[in-house]
Amino acid sequence: MTIDLLHFAPGQAFAGGLVIGLSVALLLLFSGRIAGISGILGGLLVRRPGPEQRWRAAFVFGLLASPVLYGMAVAPPLTVVATPLVQLILAGILVGFGARLGSGCTSGHGICGLARLSPRSIVATLIFMGAGITTVLVLRHFGGLR
Amino acid sequence: MTLFVAGLGGLLFGLGLIVSGMSDPARVIGFLDLAGTWDPSLAFVLAGALLPAAVAHRLARRRKFTLLGMPMRIPTPGSIDRRLVAGSALFGIGWGLAGICPGPALVLAGSGSAAGLAFLAALLAGIALYEVPRHGRP
Repeated sequence: MTIDLLHFAPGQAFAGGLVIGLSVALLLLFSGRIAGISGILGGLLVRRPGPEQRWRAAFVFGLLASPVLYGMAVAPPLTVVATPLVQLILAGILVGFGARLGSGCTSGHGICGLARLSPRSIVATLIFMGAGITTVLVLRHFGGLR
Repeated sequence: MTLFVAGLGGLLFGLGLIVSGMSDPARVIGFLDLAGTWDPSLAFVLAGALLPAAVAHRLARRRKFTLLGMPMRIPTPGSIDRRLVAGSALFGIGWGLAGICPGPALVLAGSGSAAGLAFLAALLAGIALYEVPRHGRP
């Protein structure tokens, strides 16, 4: 293993992390809700219209608007997605279905769950990190799709 | 007020993802690529996010109602079952395939990236694949 010093940015990563944590804290202390994004999207997709839908929609709207605001205040975030379309679609379906089946994703289990030391979330986070690391290992180093 | 809090929460969450580098799939893959040149940055994102989240949870646990007077809804601890294990494994495989999870998918889609929009469409399809057989059509 070699550390990627070219891209390693612990300060920026930590600062961004604090802002994410602040958002989680805000939603929990003011609204009593967990900022689990896959759960919020799942609720938006199926539940009947009502007050729960409105805060979910507002949260998703805030997320969608964030790159626009960041672009106006700082600079448009430059991200290049080099993944082939078929792989991207397969990945999206797995991420969506898996997160709902496992009752959470990086935000719900990884941040909100770990923050309250939930054993379920600790197990979920270890599993998805392990699965992600294994997938990248196979793809990059045993010549998979990419 | 609830809507304002939720909107502000989403906005902050997204800005945090952008600043931290979490919304950049290449950086996420770099973090998951332990065997290559490993970029440990995302561990610092998690550490940064857990700090305020853990403090908030400690405060929230002592309250029945939120600061806006709404009932506090904290998930009750469940058991570690097959669904949790299988779901998290599938999620992790998808995450490793593209380096995108649900939050960053919304940020990428919001920035107008074609790949981000395609991923978001697939993500919603995956969620619907789970939800619709259980709850019916929206």
